[in-house]
Amino acid sequence: MTDLSQDLGASPDEVQFRFRDDEVADHGTVTVDSCCDQTNATAVRIEPGDDARVLLPFLDRLALVEVNFPNFGDGRGYSAARILREAGYEGELRAVGDVLIDQLSHMRRCGFDAFAPDVRLDEDDAKAAFAQWDNVYQSATDARRTIQELRHE
Amino acid sequence: MNILTGNDLKTGEVVWWDGQNWSPSVHDAVDVADAADQIMASEETARRVNVPYAILAERTAEGVRPAHIKDRVRALGPTVRRDLAVPTATKTGWDWVI
Amino acid sequence: MYQYDQYDQAMVDARVAEFRDQANRRLEGKMTEDQFKPLRLMNGLYLQLHAYMLRVAIPYGTLNSTQMIALANIADKYDRGYGHFTTRQNLQYNWIKLEDAADILADLAKVEMHAIQTSGNCIRNISSDHFAGAAHDELIDPRPYAELLRQWSSFHPEFTYLPRKFKIAVIAADTDRAAMRLHDIGIQIVQNDAGETGASFYVGGGMGRTPMIAPQIRDFVPLDQLVTYAEACLRVYNRYGRRDNKYKARIKILVHEMGAEEYTRQVEEEFAHLLDQGVEPPLAELERIKPFFADPAFEDGAKTVDRSDPDFALWVDRNTVRHKHDSYVSAVISLKPVGGIPGDATGDQMRLMADLAKQYSFDELRVMHTQNIVLPHVKIADLHALWTALEEAGLGAPNLDTIEDIIACPGLDYCALANARSIPLAQRISEKFAEKGRNEELGQLKLKISGCINACGHHHAGHIGILGVDKKGKENYQLSLGGSEAEDVSLAKITGPGFDEDGVIDAVETVTDVYLDQREDGERFLDTYRRIGMTPFKEALYD
Repeated sequence: MTDLSQDLGASPDEVQFRFRDDEVADHGTVTVDSCCDQTNATAVRIEPGDDARVLLPFLDRLALVEVNFPNFGDGRGYSAARILREAGYEGELRAVGDVLIDQLSHMRRCGFDAFAPDVRLDEDDAKAAFAQWDNVYQSATDARRTIQELRHE
Repeated sequence: MNILTGNDLKTGEVVWWDGQNWSPSVHDAVDVADAADQIMASEETARRVNVPYAILAERTAEGVRPAHIKDRVRALGPTVRRDLAVPTATKTGWDWVI
Repeated sequence: MYQYDQYDQAMVDARVAEFRDQANRRLEGKMTEDQFKPLRLMNGLYLQLHAYMLRVAIPYGTLNSTQMIALANIADKYDRGYGHFTTRQNLQYNWIKLEDAADILADLAKVEMHAIQTSGNCIRNISSDHFAGAAHDELIDPRPYAELLRQWSSFHPEFTYLPRKFKIAVIAADTDRAAMRLHDIGIQIVQNDAGETGASFYVGGGMGRTPMIAPQIRDFVPLDQLVTYAEACLRVYNRYGRRDNKYKARIKILVHEMGAEEYTRQVEEEFAHLLDQGVEPPLAELERIKPFFADPAFEDGAKTVDRSDPDFALWVDRNTVRHKHDSYVSAVISLKPVGGIPGDATGDQMRLMADLAKQYSFDELRVMHTQNIVLPHVKIADLHALWTALEEAGLGAPNLDTIEDIIACPGLDYCALANARSIPLAQRISEKFAEKGRNEELGQLKLKISGCINACGHHHAGHIGILGVDKKGKENYQLSLGGSEAEDVSLAKITGPGFDEDGVIDAVETVTDVYLDQREDGERFLDTYRRIGMTPFKEALYD
């Protein structure tokens, strides 16, 4: 995992954790409404009420999708993320907003590979959080073998 | 009058602000007047009480009586388990709750 | 019953370690209550009227003697010597200290138990038929499917921050003993015309402020697609369930507002998509789970009892239920002694029940959502010995499904959400009717009391329901009639203006008098009400 806390400086959505080797995508995201057939935007921001499937025809053009969590208790972004990954999206999928330690592992499993929390998180706590699950009970985007699969290998 | 109540952070026991500390007896509760928010804010770091809140109460001959039945149940104990009553509160008797 | 393997055990052990760390950070001030609250709720730790309250999960209401003894020991060591069995087949402790909570979870983990997801906006304990595996009328034991779903729903990365709590029930008989239609998702395992086994899905039931009966969303999902279909149901809810208003956030509101047809369409679309994603566990997993629920080694024996003792005969008639094996019955241990607190059991009583289970029921017990305990497989030949032991311990009340068998939430005596006390009502009502010797005469009468609109006492599903409200700072009670949680599911209707405590107790007597006066052959209270309607009851109550 690359710590980019030094690299991004003044970006309003400071990416604190990133699990990709490619270049960090340009920040300028557009909303879902103003995206895609009207512009050649390569970066979009999904709000909780948006339908991620609207982006499906444009996935190979997009380099960055931000999913906003205005409140950590609003879990719609997890579904948006999985839907995009299930549809084959391979660009950066960034969780922004009220992202706290206890959500990191679930977000990762749902396909997020970059995290820009409103409030910087403790590095050690985050490291532990990403490694939280030795094993998992359900299939998700991350292609981890589930406990059920391991039992029957 | 206004009094403050909450639960002890560690034990969960029901407690009442007595001016300096949090007492398990409702009859030790003091009138905090307008200072409720201020006291609760300063108690945040002390980490003695959890989720404190201000309520109305009246001072009677028997002691301090919270205005709402819910807080009287908290003060004395479950009415159906009188053996589990808060020891310092039982001088009032159970009709006091209802 | 199901036994943990290394993976299951490692999972609960890890969660205990995490919670211990979280609780310490809270106690040390490194976390505020706002940050800690969702974390403690995920481990079933509430802050209630008198102390912290811990809700222990009892998956599909099944436990063994080792587990029941552990629950007893926790009650004695960390609480005040008793626990409360709930309307979702769980157990609650009312006097917990935060500083002990991690140790309690560790003690639970040692006996393959936990308090995971018994609170919070996530998928809760999966409930089932308390006679599963014993009932003569079930298609198969529903619990392997409940266990499959339990694992699927535990720490689900996509569904940990739902709009609201989510409750699932799984049954496998046409007779609904789990109030399946009143759950967010109700599943009935069925057989189609081709003789294949599958799952019928009902989505959008619930009680609370706006009770609703779940419509059927799909009549037959093949069993090797069960988890995928559930995932589709949950995903549509997670995406579109209301998040603007806590009281409109359950899936029943979504299904109601969207319409069952549209909700179904969306689920089917999502389901078709998810089928390609490999979400379903391997079928081998279900095959691995099933043997844990295989029949115990039943033995042939007596098929009838000696009825010469009339008290024993009464208990057998009331509290034992037909078993699929003719030498056995399921026996119900009443936690509703007249004048007692419904669903409460002391540590000593739990230990006794554990011993009786070991001795008489192949070491298995069940928690009913009606707050009694079941010994599922008791030899008819052993019934008298069992009953004698129960009688001695005050657990022999012969009152299953009678007016004494009252369901009551903890109410204002314990619960921070309540408007009125429910337990004293239950006590006074059971005492009144016992005194008048009415129990027998009234027959099956399901009386349910909730201390607030959240309806944890399931009053909407009571033949007689009572709801506690706050009327200008005083406790007041609304009476309702005609609800049913069984396969003839219906929602009770309010009779009219509310009553004070004395008034509602008299009102219960009044409506039972109307029933006794008007009933025709073989009718239960519910049947008479359905035949004659509300008017005669209203007239008796208010004129």
